[in-house]
Amino acid sequence: MSTNIFKVCAAVVVCALNSVAYATPNIQHWQSSSGAKVLFVEDRDIPMLDVAVSVPAGSSFDTAQKSGTAGLTQQLLNLGSQGLSEDDIARGIADLGAQLGGSFDQDRASVSLRTLSDQAVRDKAVSIMARVLQHPVFAPDILAREKTRVISALKEAETKPENIADKAFQKAVFGAHPYALPVSGEVASVTAVTAQDLQDFYRAHYNAQRAVVAIMGDVTRAQAEAIAEQLTGELPRADAPAALPEVAKQIAASEQRIAHPATQSHILIGAPGMSRTDPDYFPLYVGNYILGGGGFVSRLMSEVREKRGLVYSVYSYFMPLKQTGAFQIGLQTKKEQADDALLLVRKTLADFVAYGPTEKELLAAKQNIVGGFPLRIDSNRKILDYLSVIGFYDMPLTYLDDFPARVEHVTVAQIRDAFKRHIDPQHMATVMVGAPEDSPPSGKPDGGATLHQGAGK
Amino acid sequence: MKTYLLVIVLLLGATPMAHAKIYEHTLANGLKVVVDEDHRAPVVVQQIWYKAGSIDETEGKTGIAHVLEHMMFKGTKAVPAGEFSRRIAAAGGRENAFTSSDYTAYFQQLHKSKLPLAMKLEADRMRNLNLSAAEFAKEIKVIMEERRWRTDDDARALLQEKMMAVIYQEHPYHHPVIGWMSDLEATTVGDAQAWYQRWYAPNNATLVIAGDVNAQEVFAQAQRYYGNIPRRALPVRRDFIEPKQIGIKRLVVKAPAELPQLVMSYQAPVLQNPAQDWRPYALEVLAGILNGNDSARLNKHLVREQQIASDVGAGYDPAARGPGLFTLEATPTTGKSVQDAETALRKEIALLVQDGVSAEELQRVKAQVTAGEVYKLDSTFYRAMQIGQMESIGLGYRAIPLMLEKIQAVTAGQVQQVAKEVLVDDALTVAVLDPQPLSDKPKHAQGNFHVH
Repeated sequence: MSTNIFKVCAAVVVCALNSVAYATPNIQHWQSSSGAKVLFVEDRDIPMLDVAVSVPAGSSFDTAQKSGTAGLTQQLLNLGSQGLSEDDIARGIADLGAQLGGSFDQDRASVSLRTLSDQAVRDKAVSIMARVLQHPVFAPDILAREKTRVISALKEAETKPENIADKAFQKAVFGAHPYALPVSGEVASVTAVTAQDLQDFYRAHYNAQRAVVAIMGDVTRAQAEAIAEQLTGELPRADAPAALPEVAKQIAASEQRIAHPATQSHILIGAPGMSRTDPDYFPLYVGNYILGGGGFVSRLMSEVREKRGLVYSVYSYFMPLKQTGAFQIGLQTKKEQADDALLLVRKTLADFVAYGPTEKELLAAKQNIVGGFPLRIDSNRKILDYLSVIGFYDMPLTYLDDFPARVEHVTVAQIRDAFKRHIDPQHMATVMVGAPEDSPPSGKPDGGATLHQGAGK
Repeated sequence: MKTYLLVIVLLLGATPMAHAKIYEHTLANGLKVVVDEDHRAPVVVQQIWYKAGSIDETEGKTGIAHVLEHMMFKGTKAVPAGEFSRRIAAAGGRENAFTSSDYTAYFQQLHKSKLPLAMKLEADRMRNLNLSAAEFAKEIKVIMEERRWRTDDDARALLQEKMMAVIYQEHPYHHPVIGWMSDLEATTVGDAQAWYQRWYAPNNATLVIAGDVNAQEVFAQAQRYYGNIPRRALPVRRDFIEPKQIGIKRLVVKAPAELPQLVMSYQAPVLQNPAQDWRPYALEVLAGILNGNDSARLNKHLVREQQIASDVGAGYDPAARGPGLFTLEATPTTGKSVQDAETALRKEIALLVQDGVSAEELQRVKAQVTAGEVYKLDSTFYRAMQIGQMESIGLGYRAIPLMLEKIQAVTAGQVQQVAKEVLVDDALTVAVLDPQPLSDKPKHAQGNFHVH
């Protein structure tokens, strides 16, 4: 990231405030002939290249009956292409010292490549990635093997308090919305998935017109253009899938207490929060830093850990997705004190929503977020991730340039107002796994999952 | 083969970049300062590494190195409890700390202009920590929660903890870094104070600064902030020699889980003399051949072809203050047992010992190592970590490029030989996780979900 490829931060006020000029990467963008959106940052400092291709093919495009199809589709991409066996792919990539990876969540499936930028190495690596993305075969024997592995992992997860809690939480927050579907599916639904399902899912969702190509590193613009063509030109064509339903903004209060032999209770509290393009994004983001996102200095950390020693970890976050994603508070504490900790967390949240942060807290939050801005873009890897997110969520190309000023302009009143509209402490979903056996008010003697009246009613 | 050759030549050319701009200077009080200049982004990381880890603890006082790490955030006379974190946060910084068996380290990442603040704060708590009984009473509870979360409620971590206690009879690696719960219950603020006084001295530390800085300026700043902290006599370190293992050991751990797990660990040499040793390098290559990439042997044979395991692992760390381990792991797939997995892993070992490894496999691992050196240029933090680790272990950061050369020089014959020498039953411990059903299997909430 030599300074010559950076442009100086436009937010003069902010820069002056912190007496430093922030430089942001110079993002080039265009559309490939296949219709894919391309974002590129040229950087010659290190002889390497990072590429990621993202498509809207996450778990929210699954159905409940075949939940897990989207995840398996992404997982099988590099396990066999036309003309390349899974071993050819693995060996081909390893021989180059390259790394072929990917990521998967509710919205997005992606395939990423890190390789040396030397042309002979890079050409081979990109051509393997191009086959993986555009000509997968989804062989039934490999699918059978991978289904067995996924099912094993799902069964294992069903014994882990954090996974049990997460699954119940997503269900409580999203109800019938596809965001409630477990990202890797369920034992029964994965069992039902066929190779044809993967083929169909791939054809419907891995389309050039909706693909985002992020390219970061040691290539020229012309080379980046060629790479984007190579990676998307042969993707299937398909009409856009039906839009996802909207997430209900408010849920009924609920509390689930699920027995578990662990020594600690795992507690999750939350509700629908915000989308990636929500107009309240910055007030909520900055507010959450103060509430539970700011590491050692957040209110939750101060109240629950620093003052009382009740937990090792307590946090809150907004997961911004295409639709409204979850707001979540999480903590673990030994069973005997779980109810005390829960009360304290609820009180901390209620206070924050009712009164908002203090001016002093807001100032400290801005100092950290704005002052720490350069740390967000201090490596090729981080910049690549920003390129993917900006492209995928149709965020402005000036997102990084604008970021410090957007944070700087947030006010106490905006945070209070945004939290009041988005987070109602009376309408939270609470999940406690490993609930105290003798806990009030309705722990059942058989230790099974029990539910009781929601908080604050 | 042409491709391999090309990759190697290219990378050997590129490798020195990783360490071309490293400078060092030792202050009069013994604090060694190492600077890795990297001007790609206007940021800096400060890491201070104390050569004090759980290896230095005594019986009945386990976990104290980590306890002190937590207490280091609890204030000095000038900087009250919590204030360290607040000031770093207000400077736009990120910070944390970590304790291992061999060292304890603290770090801050910030805009380069904030380095003096970070130095001032870090130097202050090197000398002026204010250990109060009230803060200690709260923090020890936090640490017990950490132990419950990390170990007691995590079947695999529990397996690992109990396995180390079986592998090592006398060596302090017997004890977990986080400490046994009964020791934590017995730990006092006085123990923390004693630990602080024993080990937190400039002559027992390495300061690593990496980022967009000028080394000479950093040395001057280090002198200004750390220079007046007096050197202190360090206790003589007891060098534990683990008695030679003379026969296979086995253990079973029962814990709530669905899948069984098999871990096989062999006592293995670690680097003593980076210029002359060869076995640790051969073991690193061996670990890569077994599990260094998707086409490596364990994944190819056990997961993909034989479908005996759903997951596999192989690991070896050549750099440690204490003895080393070469570890193989497998999670049997549904319908297969840990015995099947052990048989399959043993077959892989026999194959290695009999037939050795191919030139192609060897080259593949080396290509990954060298490409990894280029990728490392993208992480200033990681490079600083490597410097701090090597200094704390006693090998020194200057050994890093040498170690890379040595890995490139490993031959197929050496890999075969080291497999034959190290992967023997007399030095083996086999640990099995025997999964237990949850006593109260959670019922699904659907059906009786009611909401008010």
